[in-house]
Amino acid sequence: MKKILTSLALLGLVVAGTAAIAAEEEHNAAAPTHFPINEPKEMSWSFAGPFGTYDKAQLQRGLKVYKEVCSACHSMNLVAFRTLEGLGYSDAQIKTLAAEYTIHDGPNDAGDMFDRPGKPSDHFPAPFPNEQAAAAANGGAAPPDMSLLAKARGVERGFPRFIFDIFTQYAQGGPDYIHSLLTGYDQTPPAGMVIPEGTHYNPYFLSGVSLKMPKPLSDGQVTYDDGSPQTVDQYARDVSAFLMFVAEPHLEDRKKTGFRVMVFLLLFGALVYMTKRRVWADVAH
Amino acid sequence: MSEGHSTYTPKTGIERWFDARMPLPRLIYDSFVAYPVPRNLNYMWTFGGILSIMLASQILTGIVLAMHYTSDTNLAFDSVEKIMRDVNSGWLLRYLHSNGASFFFVAVYIHIFRGLFYGSYKAPRELLWILGCIIYLLMMATGFMGYVLPWGQMSFWGATVITGFFSAIPLVGNWIQELLLGGFAVDNPTLNRFFALHYLLPFMIAGVVVLHIWALHVVGQSNPTGIEVKSKTDTVAFTPYATIKDAFGMIVFLFFFAYFVFYLPNYLGHPDNYTVANPLKTPAHIVPEWYFLPFYAILRAITFNIGPINSKLGGVLCMFGAIAMLFLVPWLDTSKVRSAVYRPWYKLFFWLFVADAILLGWLGSQPAEGSYVFMAQMATLFYFAFFLVIMPVLGLIETPRRLPNSITEAVLEKKNKGAGGHPAGAVTAPETKG
Repeated sequence: MKKILTSLALLGLVVAGTAAIAAEEEHNAAAPTHFPINEPKEMSWSFAGPFGTYDKAQLQRGLKVYKEVCSACHSMNLVAFRTLEGLGYSDAQIKTLAAEYTIHDGPNDAGDMFDRPGKPSDHFPAPFPNEQAAAAANGGAAPPDMSLLAKARGVERGFPRFIFDIFTQYAQGGPDYIHSLLTGYDQTPPAGMVIPEGTHYNPYFLSGVSLKMPKPLSDGQVTYDDGSPQTVDQYARDVSAFLMFVAEPHLEDRKKTGFRVMVFLLLFGALVYMTKRRVWADVAH
Repeated sequence: MSEGHSTYTPKTGIERWFDARMPLPRLIYDSFVAYPVPRNLNYMWTFGGILSIMLASQILTGIVLAMHYTSDTNLAFDSVEKIMRDVNSGWLLRYLHSNGASFFFVAVYIHIFRGLFYGSYKAPRELLWILGCIIYLLMMATGFMGYVLPWGQMSFWGATVITGFFSAIPLVGNWIQELLLGGFAVDNPTLNRFFALHYLLPFMIAGVVVLHIWALHVVGQSNPTGIEVKSKTDTVAFTPYATIKDAFGMIVFLFFFAYFVFYLPNYLGHPDNYTVANPLKTPAHIVPEWYFLPFYAILRAITFNIGPINSKLGGVLCMFGAIAMLFLVPWLDTSKVRSAVYRPWYKLFFWLFVADAILLGWLGSQPAEGSYVFMAQMATLFYFAFFLVIMPVLGLIETPRRLPNSITEAVLEKKNKGAGGHPAGAVTAPETKG
């Protein structure tokens, strides 16, 4: 009886909660109150799941998109060139890549600042000298640094999905969001929606109907030399994967270590459990 | 229980030498080997040990992290990222520490709910319970300050909101807030003192844990029947019985902990904390760490003034009151029976209370608007009613089920029921084993 009462009470709470959410979600299409308007599309990523690994070819393509497109406005201050080892580049390749950049350094022994070619230990130089300059050049909003973007963005999953996420190990909210945003331009806003001057409608944007960044990618813009399709969708996938890598460069290490730890705990746990059974065998408890 | 009747006999010369000068081996033997524990403890009783290893793990990972961390508002965020990227196994240390805080709270909540279910707070264990409540308070302060250290957006705005509560206190509120912040807003002095206190408090927790264990060893453990230990057959020796059971409980717990550390390390965090703190840009929703959410929901549920108390002060009072309830539990519960196993109505309300706490936690993560506010108000009402009305009244009107005469009788009854009627004589004296 009590069990039935308890489950009835729980059921009541859930129904009330769902009704409340449903009530919240009734809104006018032209004046939405909850963002993003559309939830990010869930993509399949090579680094998802317990055995996920980065697809090195994809990361290299993503780096190309970052270098040729994103880096014009977005810094990546926390990332050193040597981090790109994770993309499968050799030391020599990283040296060459770093040397393509000019690093402002100094002061030297004479007290002067000077420019020199980049070294593997240098970080990616920022496109603007400071945040104010970045904001001034971009219509008042500084483009966010991209070092951690894939972990710093994520749309709330809501009940009950956040429970399922534990079992499916869903941790790709960031790359899903970035991919959806990059492919979410070129849509017509609902009739009557007010799009502020100088902003661009994107139903996947996390905090409003539109954002300052214009559509950054178009088909054929970046040349791939591995035969991958040169489409906005492919570019968006590749750069999202690349941004996940720069945000979490030790992801493969983490999952590999994790598997060993889980196997160890399972075996050790089984042994301890059998010992426990043996110790308690003669004691009713 | 360790005083007076120690069964320790030093065997080697070194042990005798120590025993005559400082009987540390005797203390360890009496506390962790010969110490009698009720034989019917279930796995809910392994969380004390689990909490000890979580505290040790947090202190160890924390000390190494502190070697690489810089508590300066201009450097803190980058120093954490340096740990994540460049320090050897830094990502592991940091994820162990941040998820360790969450799992510390998972364990402490199970530990507290176990105490509430089995009436572990009743005489003579009131002081044991209150020491536990003090540990919980210290944990909350430590967890809150630790969340500020990475200096992300949620760190900054969480600190701003939570220290803001204190300004609601009449007369001294602003003074307390400024003392906490070291200024008028969250800034470099705040970060520095939070770091210092975040390093200090775990050692205070460790100190209170010693008192908690001391008190436990004086009164002995409670058990699922809630009946006191009456004879030697009611107990088994801590080692090997409790040691091996605790060890298994710890491994299972570590399995869940490791699952989050290695596969979902950011699941329990907020994405905004990977953006460096910006005092000029408020996040859309400021949410505290999940383990504070029920109290956060209670705080925001008070949207109305009560006489001279405005809604802000009312919310703060209710939030602190919600924690204060725990301290009063030993005197609010009027029942003579400890364990909910024999209290059908209390059992029902206990599970409703668990559901209520989870509901409050979920409401705390939602924006305080529309029907969420009303739901939070109802849930808050039930939260306080559970402690202030249900606990005292139930104890007076409820008819408990028949209690067994002793732990041994309860255990044998269960065994006979479970195994289709083995004779009671099949149970040998456990203390002769191992």
